[in-house]
Amino acid sequence: MPIQVLMPALSPTMEKGNLAKWLKKEGETIKSGDVIAEIETDKATMEVEATDEGTLGKILIPEGTADVAVNTPIATILADGESAADLAKAPAAPAPQPKAAETAPAEAKAEAPQPAAKAPAAPVSEALPDPEIPAGTEMVTQTIREALRDAMAEEMRRDGDVFVMGEEVAEYQGAYKVTQGLLQEFGARRVIDTPITEHGFAGVGVGAAMAGLKPIVEFMTWNFAMQAIDQIINSAAKTLYMSGGQMGCSIVFRGPNGAAARVAAQHSQDYAAWYSQIPGLKVIAPYSAADYKGLLKAAIRDPNPVVFLENEMLYGHTGEVPKLPDFVVPIGKARIARAGKDVTLVSWAMGMSYALKAADELAKEGIEAEVIDLRTIRPMDTETIINSVKKTGRAVTVEEGWQQSGVGSEVAARIMEHAFDYLDAPVARVSGKDVPMPYAANLEKLALPSVAEVVAAAKAVSYR
Amino acid sequence: MAAPKKTVAKESGHETAGSPPEFSREQELKALRDMLLIRRFEEKAGQLYGMGAIGGFCHLYIGQEAVVVGMQMALKPGDEVITGYRDHGHMLACDMEAKGVMAELTGRRGGYSRGKGGSMHMFSKEKHFYGGHGIVGAQVSLGTGLAFANRYRGNDNVSVTYFGDGAANQGQVYESFNMAELWKLPVIYVIENNRYAMGTAVSRASAQQDFSKRGVSFNIPGRQVDGMDVRAVKAAADEATAWCRGGNGPIILEMQTYRYRGHSMSDPAKYRTREEVEKVRHDQDPIEQVRNRLLGAGVSEQDLKAIDAEVREIVNEAADFAQHDPEPDPSELYTDIYR
Repeated sequence: MPIQVLMPALSPTMEKGNLAKWLKKEGETIKSGDVIAEIETDKATMEVEATDEGTLGKILIPEGTADVAVNTPIATILADGESAADLAKAPAAPAPQPKAAETAPAEAKAEAPQPAAKAPAAPVSEALPDPEIPAGTEMVTQTIREALRDAMAEEMRRDGDVFVMGEEVAEYQGAYKVTQGLLQEFGARRVIDTPITEHGFAGVGVGAAMAGLKPIVEFMTWNFAMQAIDQIINSAAKTLYMSGGQMGCSIVFRGPNGAAARVAAQHSQDYAAWYSQIPGLKVIAPYSAADYKGLLKAAIRDPNPVVFLENEMLYGHTGEVPKLPDFVVPIGKARIARAGKDVTLVSWAMGMSYALKAADELAKEGIEAEVIDLRTIRPMDTETIINSVKKTGRAVTVEEGWQQSGVGSEVAARIMEHAFDYLDAPVARVSGKDVPMPYAANLEKLALPSVAEVVAAAKAVSYR
Repeated sequence: MAAPKKTVAKESGHETAGSPPEFSREQELKALRDMLLIRRFEEKAGQLYGMGAIGGFCHLYIGQEAVVVGMQMALKPGDEVITGYRDHGHMLACDMEAKGVMAELTGRRGGYSRGKGGSMHMFSKEKHFYGGHGIVGAQVSLGTGLAFANRYRGNDNVSVTYFGDGAANQGQVYESFNMAELWKLPVIYVIENNRYAMGTAVSRASAQQDFSKRGVSFNIPGRQVDGMDVRAVKAAADEATAWCRGGNGPIILEMQTYRYRGHSMSDPAKYRTREEVEKVRHDQDPIEQVRNRLLGAGVSEQDLKAIDAEVREIVNEAADFAQHDPEPDPSELYTDIYR
């Protein structure tokens, strides 16, 4: 049967175009790939190539015709052995295809979604409660630096596919000594010094994870990971979805985040809000030593890409860590760090140091603050926040990051969505100031949140 | 082990004397069939795009078929393949099913990514095809990571990492070269030089236009290969795989090839003349080369037509499936974000 050549679309948005010129005449032989005509729109001129072989039977739309609708038959091609007499057998013009999202081929119509199909509800993530710590468990006092090192060492002993790579992680023992001793225990095959090449080694890590290994990629600081952010977001976070679930990526990106001391704007930035926006990533930012350990172990075991935000100022802080053979804290569960009934302070990571001190101050004035440590920024434990706000009716968020589109803004929005009727005052946000971090000691102090600001905000929402 | 000998057809842009090693008749027939499948598939994809059945971007591989087909003929099961966004040919060469690829192009549930990836993002763990990546150059670091995993596990698989002359100017390519040589990773960097990065000719974008030399500062050996001659590609690939499996680290193969179609479907192609395209097509077409050799060796026109018919049937079936398979169920919106 003769084959119809249809008016092609140059782009998905094109609806019609001009048939500028025929380059083949009726009766001429045509091979696949031959340019047979030129079409044009206001944007471009394009060649129409034949995809079938035979003889150009009849030109249906003469050259110079303007505004030819896409998918209109413009010519017929006769296959070997066919003649002009067969032209009558050419099929009628097919109905133009509906546009992408609405496409529902006739046979499949019953199963295909309606054009106005509503998006299904987003799944709600549920986290397990923290593990029970049996009575009598010995608590070890250790620095956060040591807790992180122990978490990695334990997971590396447990699983041969886990390895650490990054700048100065091996022979130098870690720029901040977080990987101390790992090279000695696990050797150079599993503790790998990289060149200073964040974009490249992040990509190498993601590739190794796609092949089934479980890399821990250390960034000397998260500031430098901006060189690698494409690999974290476009390759690590999105590939599971884009592969229809085939190609996942079990990888931890970790390193110090947020403001250090006196290192100015390029080395002092909080990335919690940046990464928390990305579906496909999990984002963890702990405060206590026990959470650092238990959550890093959970992150290494998690089959998804995890952004693990540490804080340089906290590395030397000590805390109590339960001495258990396998202490793992579930991802996605907030912790009530201090119970109270008058106002909810929501914070995480370094922000917790301001929130907890502020709670002490507020207690002196008779205000009992409940302090929630989010620990995981994504998926966020909305339930714990909402339950607290339903009790207190007031909330203040505390973070070192910037306010615009910050994590505190997200917390405030969720409270508004889920507990509006319980609120006795608008949610207040205490955050880093809207400036690049200055170097001068006095300005740096001003740029960061303070205990006094948290106290003032808590009193303001309490109308005191 | 010494650096592999140069037996490839072209060196520094100059023709060298002598042809690449001959193919057996079986090899010629296989190469013809596999290249034809890619060409017919891509022609059909172009047609479906013109009909509005394929959305977004659609980058066709027509003209470059000898590169993936020749490379694949030298690989063994377990070797990984990864490439950029012009990826349909690589998938077909990896023996992924035409139906699944075409249905992904049309965004249907039977596509390799269940309709959620599209033309540039498809994968097959089973066939060791690692994508299909839309960010120019990103696959080079990822492919180096695949090689890292091979070395970590101590197997003898090789990562074949494809990218174009355009991607070859990205910074992470050189970061990857450095680590690959430093750690002696088994990776073949296949630079498909089709002479144009979108609409920018190599001469306007590349200070060093001999891409086989792009690894010089890292001590990575490189070869220029006539990427229009499937035999030359296969010969170079044989050497490169042996080099990598021998523990010698990475190697670069610059495939000198040509894309007949625009960068994507909506490319008006004002940056080159029709004569230039026609000349390559006429003088160097990778499929015609094999066809002519087969005819010269006494294979009948009829036998070749039978191959074409078999390939057309596969492609037509794929196109039919891709147009009639349902779109993904709405519930798929929220699946595969986490596992």
